[in-house]
Amino acid sequence: MINKLVKKTLIATAVATTMVAGSVQAEGHSEEITVVSWGGAYTVSQVEAYHKPWMAATGNTIVSDDYNGGLAEIKAQVMAENVTWNLVDVELSDAVRGCDEGILEVMDHSVLPDGDNGVPAAEDFLPGALVECAVGNIVWSTVFIHDESKIQGVDGLADFFDTNKFPGKRGMRKGAKPNLEFALMADGVEPADVYEMLSTDAGVDRAFAKLDTIKDSMVWWESGAQPPQLLADGEVTMTTAYNGRVFNAIASEGKPFVINWDGQVWDLDLWVIPKGAPNQEATMDFVKFSTGTKPLADQASWIPYGPLRKSSFGLVGSFHSDASLDMAPHMPTAPDNFKRALQNDFEFWADNSDQLNERFNAWLTK
Amino acid sequence: MTTANPSIDQATALPLKEKLARTTAIQRRRAFLLTLPLVLFLLISFVFPIGQMLFNSIHNNKVSGVVPEFTTAIQKWDGQGLPSEEIFEIFVKDLAKAKKVREVGRKVGNMATRINYEMPGSRSLFTKSGRKVGKIKQGPYKEALIKIDKDWADPQVWLTLQRASYDISPAFYIAAMDMKYNEAGEIVKADELYQIYLNNFGKTLWLATLITLICVVLAYPVAYLLSVLPLRQSNLLMIMVLLPFWTSLLVRTTAWIAILQTEGVINDLLVYFGVIGEDGRIQMIYNQTGTIIAMVHILLPFMILPLYSVMKTIQPTYMRAALSMGSKPFYAYRRVYLPQTIPGLAAGTLLVFILAIGYYITPALVGGQDGLLISNLIAYHIQKSLNWSLGAALGTMLLVVVMLLYWVYNRLIGIDKLKFG
Repeated sequence: MINKLVKKTLIATAVATTMVAGSVQAEGHSEEITVVSWGGAYTVSQVEAYHKPWMAATGNTIVSDDYNGGLAEIKAQVMAENVTWNLVDVELSDAVRGCDEGILEVMDHSVLPDGDNGVPAAEDFLPGALVECAVGNIVWSTVFIHDESKIQGVDGLADFFDTNKFPGKRGMRKGAKPNLEFALMADGVEPADVYEMLSTDAGVDRAFAKLDTIKDSMVWWESGAQPPQLLADGEVTMTTAYNGRVFNAIASEGKPFVINWDGQVWDLDLWVIPKGAPNQEATMDFVKFSTGTKPLADQASWIPYGPLRKSSFGLVGSFHSDASLDMAPHMPTAPDNFKRALQNDFEFWADNSDQLNERFNAWLTK
Repeated sequence: MTTANPSIDQATALPLKEKLARTTAIQRRRAFLLTLPLVLFLLISFVFPIGQMLFNSIHNNKVSGVVPEFTTAIQKWDGQGLPSEEIFEIFVKDLAKAKKVREVGRKVGNMATRINYEMPGSRSLFTKSGRKVGKIKQGPYKEALIKIDKDWADPQVWLTLQRASYDISPAFYIAAMDMKYNEAGEIVKADELYQIYLNNFGKTLWLATLITLICVVLAYPVAYLLSVLPLRQSNLLMIMVLLPFWTSLLVRTTAWIAILQTEGVINDLLVYFGVIGEDGRIQMIYNQTGTIIAMVHILLPFMILPLYSVMKTIQPTYMRAALSMGSKPFYAYRRVYLPQTIPGLAAGTLLVFILAIGYYITPALVGGQDGLLISNLIAYHIQKSLNWSLGAALGTMLLVVVMLLYWVYNRLIGIDKLKFG
């Protein structure tokens, strides 16, 4: 009962705020757009490198909102024909699936500006960064991390699954992706063979069998801010995490965490516009601005997520608060980190995520 | 005299009756007007969404909406071998048309997702072919399509398409009951590795029963104490019962996390007093135990309050009379006191059980992997997998189970005997 009451009040407040926001917008001349991203250190990097300079240059306002990924909210808004999000930062598989289902606007890539070195956008962006309904901005990666002050000598992904060598709990993102990939790579499968193997029943069985070995030691996390916290609290000895947030915990909070790049699974993040979103002109202007050479490079000085424009590479400098901390070696794509890396196969997951997540859920509750 | 008057009597009596009827009718209508806001509210916030959910669980037009002409054609197919060249042609043309449509819900991806539920891994067959199919300008269409992807030569694809082309179908209930269609189109049990829902329904029922029982055991003495203590003490006790009730659910659940986690208060104390070693910290949260503890705490007031309100009205003289007539205390309690508390007990158990069976937020936060309830799976399909039809089917099943239990309850105890306070 109380629950419902709270919910109703929340909805009422939300409606009231939206109405107030709406009226303010109608009176003012500048535009307001809502940009949604993954929160925490990642959103901070985007606010500093994209939002603030764009707002200063255009006089428009950006409302920043957080979510945990997935297409659910976008789909709900589009279905209800009440789209309040103007721009969303999504994973590649979601950008493709959302585009296929028609809940995202098609993006015109021809309006994207040339790189600062004059190279046209189509060639400046890394292959795969421009898809029908999206413009890519960064490369990020899921890695596994440990606390160097508690355990030493971690060597490779196999140790993540070895609770005899390193006793204690393990943290992983709740869901099949990219845990099945990690399991196979830890079991000795080469990154290049992972998805081919996962396409067979035997491969999936093998991945689950590997996960079985540490199932009793598992703690599952859902939002990117959780794993560094779990590790800091001592709830887990090792956990998978998004590389950028871990770096920020190390660089700004001085945590003794170590990133293990062996078997990293990297992916792209892209901007998408929900179908029927208002203010699309202003939104596109922001997309053009934020995926320009300089903002992408600036973003990388706040968090080590690699820019998707080649012309940005050379401009990536040092950490925003520490000029002696060079960012380039901390990028997922830095040669030293990239030795045994796997790119998330969006098509594989678009095809199989329903089935594999169902099996994952069934496995979880048994 | 009497013979002269009846006409007058009748003339005045009839309008009077009518008048009365009219006034009461107006009054009744007015009274109804007062309830109108509530009726409308219920209609909009309850009847309509529930109806929508029921409808969604059996209705899915993701195939017929995308390839309408093919839908009519394939439904006439006899299911032998591959469909005819003519059906292939209609399919190719419909697919090419669908590629150009920008309307939400009528894009190829929607059909691909729908078929992918029943034929996992087939999604890209549709989306990829959808992109290329515009290039097929002339027949033979069958060959051309199979050239794009050889999977189109698999009769299974066409059988699944035929099945999914019907807007009204039991497919989602079949999935929700851990079943699937086999290659011959028969309904069979799903592979054990993929069975999840029925087990979870069982677990949800069992946990809700357990939580209700624990609530009864804990609440009964507290409610009794509340009802017999002098006003001053009972007020204080009442505030202690109500204070958590007024506190936000999230705050209380988070408090339990702080208390129960392996680095939490209880484990720290146990280690400090040497009851367990540093390595022997007990896992009390992110599992079923955590779910039970937190949910009992949150639902306890719903048991205490109806019990208290009933116990408050029981005259102490009854028990005294029974005892003075030589009854043993337990016998007096069982025959005199307990039956009088049944209405409160019944209301409390019903309230707690029904709340528990549909509980979502607490298991989501502290349930970990084995403490998840059916509502968490429903939320998963609404929020993550976006299979709204399956979510709706599971939701409908939950609704039916609750109504069934309510019916049984009514038969056993009688709803009219309930007393909520």
